[in-house]
Amino acid sequence: MSAERPEDRLDPAGLTNPVPEGHSSNSRLERVLRSGRFAVTAELNPPDSANPEDVYEAARPLSEVVDGLNATDASGANCHMSSLGICALLTRVGYGSILQISCRDRNRIAIQGDVLGAAAMGVSNILCLTGDGVQVGDQPGARPVFDFDSISLLRALRTMRDDGMFLSGRKIKTPPKIFLGAAENPCIPPFETRADRLAKKIEAGAQFIQTNYIYDLPLFERFMNRVRDMGLDEKVYILAGVGPLASAKAARWMRTNVPGIHVPDHVIDRLEGAEKPGLEGKKICIEIIQQMREVKGVAGVHVMAYRREELVSDIISESGVLEHRHAGTGRRRKRTAG
Amino acid sequence: MYAVRRFAVRHSRFFEWVYNCFEPAMVLLDPIFRRVGYNRLEAPVVLFEKTVKGLLFDCKMCGQCVLSSTGMSCPMNCPKNLRNGPCGGVRENGNCEVKPAMKCVWVDAWEGASRMKSGDKITTVQPPVDRSLEGSSSWLRVAREMAEQKRATKEAERHAMAEAFPEAHLEEPAAVPLAYEPSAARPHREATESTTVFESGSKKEGA
Repeated sequence: MSAERPEDRLDPAGLTNPVPEGHSSNSRLERVLRSGRFAVTAELNPPDSANPEDVYEAARPLSEVVDGLNATDASGANCHMSSLGICALLTRVGYGSILQISCRDRNRIAIQGDVLGAAAMGVSNILCLTGDGVQVGDQPGARPVFDFDSISLLRALRTMRDDGMFLSGRKIKTPPKIFLGAAENPCIPPFETRADRLAKKIEAGAQFIQTNYIYDLPLFERFMNRVRDMGLDEKVYILAGVGPLASAKAARWMRTNVPGIHVPDHVIDRLEGAEKPGLEGKKICIEIIQQMREVKGVAGVHVMAYRREELVSDIISESGVLEHRHAGTGRRRKRTAG
Repeated sequence: MYAVRRFAVRHSRFFEWVYNCFEPAMVLLDPIFRRVGYNRLEAPVVLFEKTVKGLLFDCKMCGQCVLSSTGMSCPMNCPKNLRNGPCGGVRENGNCEVKPAMKCVWVDAWEGASRMKSGDKITTVQPPVDRSLEGSSSWLRVAREMAEQKRATKEAERHAMAEAFPEAHLEEPAAVPLAYEPSAARPHREATESTTVFESGSKKEGA
């Protein structure tokens, strides 16, 4: 095509590319997961800046080892550059990005519009979250919105994609081609019903799941047993959340101050006893990734290394989860997740 | 009140039974409600509903009650107003992330649901709340909605014949009528009891 108009040179959404058969988007993450390869995603530390270079700088150390970069949406109710802005920048240079939408800050009108905008910018993965309460953030006086919850949000986005309409019933000319994700927190009460809640998320439209940090493998195994009993691992791709702890002190702080994080005592003891707690944290993380790979029903890992992003590349290569990709012999388990 | 609300969750099975008796009664009253006018009833019923449910469940009058699907634990008491389950921030002791002294509404909900006969309704995906219905009566809404459904089913049955014979309906509308039938238009129904055999027989032929 001759580039007569400037906009013809740009097709960030890849609207002209056909979506592979049976897929719901052009997402790399979706392709990797559907092919049965062990997927890796990582969380990007959003800059407090209006400079795009700061986004690229944060993405660079992660990009070589991940299938998707999560751009958080004011996580912990702290204000940073928006997820949509970061994802738009990342797609411009070809990175696979995962847009996070939290229900805390925007109502249904804003969110449905943002999703169209994001898809037009080339974003093909969306993670639907409820969001932390405003009280834990840096501006606790803000008005919490929570118009949707993560589950009704999933259903709304699936309706936009599959039925090509807004919740009002109004038609969408070109529906967004998106791969829908949700979060799960297996190590937090109520333990018995976490798998039921996962089933509900799948029912609402979730295709992949990224869990919160998992440091308690026996507890996670208990959750996965229930997930497998319910056959949920056949319906959704589960990426287990992992991350390197910096020190025993940091771990304790996280446990008490960040909602929804469970770090068992034996992990903290191990960090406390180590000469170099930073290195020990990294080692623990690598061990957990290797163990995760053996858990049936786990399709990948999601690395959250807040302010320690430089470690991610090492952690992934040392864990060996990507080795088969170089050798070209992936564990190919064709599955029929919706 | 918090204590009463927790009591209601502990006795969710009982409240489920009460509501299962109450709901059909409301639907049966629909013809009366319609005659009096739902508009005129709204204010007094809201007052009554608010008092009863406010006392028992700390009801927030969202107007779209889902207590039967949430183990009799009102989801509008969740600081995030979650309608589909707990968030990922529940504390180790099962209390709320935002209000540390309060039991998570959804931990309670799942517990309450486990005691109920149709507790598995908790797995149904609930839509976001329609804020424009806030402060209106859920009870009247249910009565209207269910009565309307009943009427719609009857209508659908009446339409089935016309749908099976579309050409006939087009050419001879009276052969397969679609329009509303006033009760006087079917005289043979009352007639069979009081009139002679000959008359009712001839009417049957004509029908």
